[in-house]
Amino acid sequence: MTIETWLVDAIADAEKRGLHELKPILEGLAASTRALRAADFNDDPSGSLESMADGQRPAGKSPSAASMQQPPDGNRARW
Amino acid sequence: MVTIEEFGRRLRAHEVTAERVTEDCLRRIEAENPRLNAFIRVTADAALRQARDADRELSAGQDRGPLHGVPMSIKDLLDIRGLPTTAASRVREGHVAPRDATTIAHLRQAGAVLLGKTNLHEFAFGTTNEDSAFGPARNPCDPTRSPGGSSGGSGASIASGMALASVGTDTGGSIRIPAAACGIVGLKPSLGEVPTDGVVPLSRTLDHVGPLALTVTDAALVHHALLGQVKAVPPAPTPVSGLRLAVPRAYFCDLLDDEVRARFEAALERLRQGGARIDDIEIHHACDIGPIYLHLVLSDAAAYHAATLESMPEKYTAPVRLRLEMARYVMGEDYVRALAGREVLRREVDTALAQHDAVVLPTLPIPAPLIGASDVEIGGRPQPIRNVMLRLTQLFNVTGHPAISMPTGRTATGLPCSIQLVGPRMQTDALLQVALACEGQIGAAPPASGSVGV
Repeated sequence: MTIETWLVDAIADAEKRGLHELKPILEGLAASTRALRAADFNDDPSGSLESMADGQRPAGKSPSAASMQQPPDGNRARW
Repeated sequence: MVTIEEFGRRLRAHEVTAERVTEDCLRRIEAENPRLNAFIRVTADAALRQARDADRELSAGQDRGPLHGVPMSIKDLLDIRGLPTTAASRVREGHVAPRDATTIAHLRQAGAVLLGKTNLHEFAFGTTNEDSAFGPARNPCDPTRSPGGSSGGSGASIASGMALASVGTDTGGSIRIPAAACGIVGLKPSLGEVPTDGVVPLSRTLDHVGPLALTVTDAALVHHALLGQVKAVPPAPTPVSGLRLAVPRAYFCDLLDDEVRARFEAALERLRQGGARIDDIEIHHACDIGPIYLHLVLSDAAAYHAATLESMPEKYTAPVRLRLEMARYVMGEDYVRALAGREVLRREVDTALAQHDAVVLPTLPIPAPLIGASDVEIGGRPQPIRNVMLRLTQLFNVTGHPAISMPTGRTATGLPCSIQLVGPRMQTDALLQVALACEGQIGAAPPASGSVGV
């Protein structure tokens, strides 16, 4: 499931349960999950990243690139 | 205010009794607790009985060791037989612990006197102690400010002289953060080192039990008692000269209050002057710490609270309930990603420690925040307080390395600042030796707010 689909479903479910205040913190969790999925330690079943040198990896797949994209708090969920 | 070490000397020199010091603590609780709300429950009669027993035993030649007769407070997340363990939540109304947590049983064997149970952030799920069914605990240095959390009542009880030491729990910093906010010492031991049975969990994969105390030596004495090693002697400090210390600058020093930064750099300078070698290092995946920690702690907390979130959601404080409800939406695949990230971070901290005796960093990026504030300004930008408070401590819950917080001095307005030392996994005693050396070299005094047992 993509994070975008998950977020839409999660917000809809929270609102159905009367938990409207959950929307902003679910959005924060989504941002944190995006960062987690972009980290370079995740598995790559295609093996395509293994054959690349660090400098050739796409944005979000090297520690330095991921670090540059992070806000200063390093934890995107505000909770 | 008296340390455990000093109390022990006076007790054995017949200059003071356990009963006298326990009475002093109880008087102080009576005077200060209405202002600080550190204790949820005070067990005065039982404490005095335990103190008299300790005095009788010592007169009869039975010395249980360094904690004999020492009045202590206990975070109300640990089971004490016959008492409720509230976790500062209405969810646990009616609970009575059928038996002692193993750590409490160890403290009894060590002869400690249990004064009562201390306030905390509900279910230990927060860093400020504001969300408690019993109202917020307050910082003895400035009661308009948080004592940190989640073991905030424990920190406040020691810094105000209500107890000589306390036992807290630490899932993302909940021992070290209140220690830093209150200007005392807090030790998170290695993951799995101290038993956690009889402790209400926040995250069974990140929870630690450990001491808060006035000094590193006192923390070491309580730590050994928690392990069941009642006769352990305090570790001897290693010489500062020749210590190899590593400072992770990127990420860890990026977001610091100016005065916290100044006290941290001054402490490093004193360590350098003492002959320590200080190297800058990098934890390469530092920016992934927050997301990894979040997905681990949320998954564990959601699993534990699922049934009561369904059956009695109104009994949680609103902020804690919302965080737990959010936790139920974490996907399994992301939890597994966080587990993979945990291994990466563990290896990176191991690597940093392969060439160094300890990693050194501040404990809290800010001085104790005002109660009720949601943001704090750092470098002219508002930052969410909860994220900021966890920023420098949560890594070592994820990786399991032992970490200790100790004071480095005060801000211009008298708020404590602290330094954190991190040692190799399962080598807490070695970390304590390094911390003893650094404590002597840094020379920050513990809080002074009256005298106990003098």
